[in-house]
Amino acid sequence: MVIPPLWRKLVRDLRELRGQVITIALVVACGISSYITMQSAYDSLVFSRDRYYEQFRFADAFSTITRAPRPLLQHLQNVPGVIQVDPRIVEQVLVPMPDSPRPASGTIIGRDVTRHADLLNEVYIKTGRDLDPMRTDEVLVLSAFAEAHHLGPGSKLKTVINGTERQLVMAGTALSPEYIMALAPGDLSYDPAQVPVLWMNERALASAFSLDGGFNSAVYRLQEDVSLVRVLAEIDRILEPYGSLGSVAREKQSSHYMLQGELSQLKMMAGFVPYLFLFVAALLVNVVLSRLVQLQRGQIATLKALGYSDRSIGFYYLRMVSIIVLLGAAVGVVLGSWMGRGMTNMYTSQWFRFPQPEYRLRVDAALFSIGISIGSAAFGAWWAVRQVISLPPAEAMRPPAPAIYRRSLLERLALWNLISPVVRMIGREISRKPLRLLLSALGISLATGLLVVARSMWDAMDYLMDVQFHAAMREDLTVAFTEPVDPAAANQLAHLPGVQRAEGLRNVPVRLTLGHNYRDSVLVGYPEGGQLRRLIDVDGHTHSPPTQGLLLSSVFQNVLQVKVGDVVQIKLRQGDFRTVHVPVSGFVEDAFGLSGYMMLPALNRLMRDRGATDTAVLAVDEDQLDEVQARLKELPHVAKVSSPHDFRRQFDEQSAAAMGLFTMIMTVFSSVIAIGVVYNNARVSLSQRTRDLASLRVLGFSKREISTILFGEQAVQVALAIPLGLVIGYYMAVGMMSGVDPEAYRFPIRVSTRTYLYAVLVTVVSAIVSALILRGKIKRLDLIAVLKTRE
Amino acid sequence: MGQVEVQALRGVSFQLHRGEFLVLLGASGSGKSTMLNIVGGLDIPTSGRVFFEDWELSRASDDELTEYRRRHVGFIFQFYNLIPSLTALENVALVTDIAPEPMAPKDALDLVGLSERSHHFPSQLSGGEQQRVAIARAIAKRPNVLLCDEPTGALDYKTGVQVLEVLDRINRELGASTVVITHNAPVAHMADRVIHLADGVITSDEANRARVLPQDLKW
Repeated sequence: MVIPPLWRKLVRDLRELRGQVITIALVVACGISSYITMQSAYDSLVFSRDRYYEQFRFADAFSTITRAPRPLLQHLQNVPGVIQVDPRIVEQVLVPMPDSPRPASGTIIGRDVTRHADLLNEVYIKTGRDLDPMRTDEVLVLSAFAEAHHLGPGSKLKTVINGTERQLVMAGTALSPEYIMALAPGDLSYDPAQVPVLWMNERALASAFSLDGGFNSAVYRLQEDVSLVRVLAEIDRILEPYGSLGSVAREKQSSHYMLQGELSQLKMMAGFVPYLFLFVAALLVNVVLSRLVQLQRGQIATLKALGYSDRSIGFYYLRMVSIIVLLGAAVGVVLGSWMGRGMTNMYTSQWFRFPQPEYRLRVDAALFSIGISIGSAAFGAWWAVRQVISLPPAEAMRPPAPAIYRRSLLERLALWNLISPVVRMIGREISRKPLRLLLSALGISLATGLLVVARSMWDAMDYLMDVQFHAAMREDLTVAFTEPVDPAAANQLAHLPGVQRAEGLRNVPVRLTLGHNYRDSVLVGYPEGGQLRRLIDVDGHTHSPPTQGLLLSSVFQNVLQVKVGDVVQIKLRQGDFRTVHVPVSGFVEDAFGLSGYMMLPALNRLMRDRGATDTAVLAVDEDQLDEVQARLKELPHVAKVSSPHDFRRQFDEQSAAAMGLFTMIMTVFSSVIAIGVVYNNARVSLSQRTRDLASLRVLGFSKREISTILFGEQAVQVALAIPLGLVIGYYMAVGMMSGVDPEAYRFPIRVSTRTYLYAVLVTVVSAIVSALILRGKIKRLDLIAVLKTRE
Repeated sequence: MGQVEVQALRGVSFQLHRGEFLVLLGASGSGKSTMLNIVGGLDIPTSGRVFFEDWELSRASDDELTEYRRRHVGFIFQFYNLIPSLTALENVALVTDIAPEPMAPKDALDLVGLSERSHHFPSQLSGGEQQRVAIARAIAKRPNVLLCDEPTGALDYKTGVQVLEVLDRINRELGASTVVITHNAPVAHMADRVIHLADGVITSDEANRARVLPQDLKW
């Protein structure tokens, strides 16, 4: 087979340009692999989730009530839009574990083993077997919890059910679409060892809670096209007399919500980070090709003179670019699918449990990213080639007119005369091509910006945790009661040996309504003169809950369209379940969730009772912390004892692992960009100025001095890029944070000095690395050829 | 395709004397450029020895050769090789910056008669003017050896003569040993000594009885 001469030329040109081919291909590879990593992890999780939801019939809506009689089911079934209602018994359970100082507080769910053919939220038995319908002491245990404690079928499990200690036997471990990620209410970090979920024979559970003939939870399958708001409102109306805590759609179900949050973050990143790389790749292709095209001016003219059309010459360079991109794409797809698989595995093994997680790399997604890459690179190439093919051959065959330099205004200043000619060379070179300098600086600054973004998420979390666990929660131990208790009970905890101070808090679940908008929320009552809990906003300022009216999370301003002075309707979901109206006295920019804040006496007045406490916060003598915890475990009504310090430590460990990996990947990618830009620019300058530099060598300049000239220009670029990159990084961080659901978290934009320093350091090191790579080329400068050649 | 060893110079031996004006004549491929490169410290012979005073250049390292060029050698190229982004004065200053005992850049330009053009960029100068700037750049360091590779090759007769006049004057006033390589035979008449090269061998090495002034040369 005869290889056409243009193809031979292509292969040789590519070989000649291998340094640049490799760096550009690597930038493309970073773009494609980051896209494929995030997109395929997203697709895999969505696919695994959807299949799981469908096969195990995950409910569309959920109701929690105090107790409702079974005949009520018929009414619920008749609500238009409801296809199926399953009544359930869902209760709290305490599981004291020998390997843990505090009992784990979790959920126990009644299971009707006789009818799992169409049961909503069906469980997947992972190990062991299903419950024996004849036995009342068997449980299925959520596999994440079981694995964390090394429990398996046949293990004995001590539990406290409705205040009574019971010894149960594990029939097996299970997964449920309702607990893909089991997060304890109010917890921010995920510790599966602390979140037990058990399934027990429904009849046994009903009798333990005296709920025979009744239910306290209902799950629904709904028609697809139905108005959720209307159906939920109707369901709530029916359940109202039975102590309804409000019904929620799937979107607000905790496991689904967590999964959804992670998915939307992945999707957002997939739609953002990769494009940055592709933009830089296009920029590099442009820089390299415009230089190549300049150097090959004569060749192009010759080809045109020989009768090659503009189109075939244009296609020649397009082919060249496509080959570079495809090289990068091959690396990117392989790397991306490997990292995507790893990321999916990390999600499904640590956080989101699916019966059969499956990695999916969509061919169309891969093709899309390759197409975008080729498109953006081709655009960069077109820009460069256009200038040359538009020239008539005769003109293109002549060398370009000698570069014209002028003395700028700046040079007329006296200071200029103090500058050495070498520095003037650098200065004039820069001022002659300011656009190229700016574009290159922009490319590098994107790398710097990426580094800032990568670490700023960490900074934000860190800051938030500091505010929350050092400034806001100043207690040593947090005690959650199984149900609201007399405030005196909380105060009595102060008398335990080792406890220095005890304060009681009250949380009342409510629904806030203004006009057409409503949200489920919690009213938090702060004790008067309390010292252990403070209300702190994301900027670290302390706020005092009002004695009159209601202080709301500022997100409410958007979701309820509420202003100071508006009177909101509050549906209480505790006590007498009244509906009351309270004026809004202000807003606080708190970090999590949707809450209302009041002083405790005001909240008690609202509740019209003598007061109640569901949470006690304790200041404890450090030496006696363990004894106090042990004692608290023994007390009735204590559901959970936790320590903000432990929590903080655990959070740090978890996020350090995840963020460390993420930061490392971003660091590698950013370095690739920075090296790609600096190397390519320096390489371009080197070949454009080989003659000048070699002349200087002949005149007696040392290699070091020559390098100074060449890298001086790059140093200016990097110096320009760094501050720009820090600013870009900050605003990219702002952009990323705005993708977080504000009803869940409000991330403050905090970029630490360490993050900025880190970004600067990596950028500078990358620039130095590319300089080192090029040093070899300078060493091999051909001095003699210079004497003979003409430009 | 196999590699063929090409010998540019074979058994060449000659001495360049202090203050001497030497012209190397030869057709292209005769080895005169190779000789200039070796004398100028740009190249090292594969065998044989080269000395600058007591310094053996044929065994010098790359850094030592750089030092040699920097202190002792002035180069003048056929295509001037000025830095386009620097003015005439700055092109000269580029070299005076790194030389140990240079003259003032302005004085160097005075010597070639270009002081009034010192703030022009190369693109604003004619070929002859550019070559004179290159000469100023070469002499500003007060070199011991001034090497000129076809200094008039790219110039017309009139400008060429002007450049040669400058070289002649510099040689007389500064006393730098000057080597001019050219294939333009009449130039040989302005030299103290003429060496003919052909096929890498010195075919003749003769002293002129008298140096002809450049303006009296004809070609």
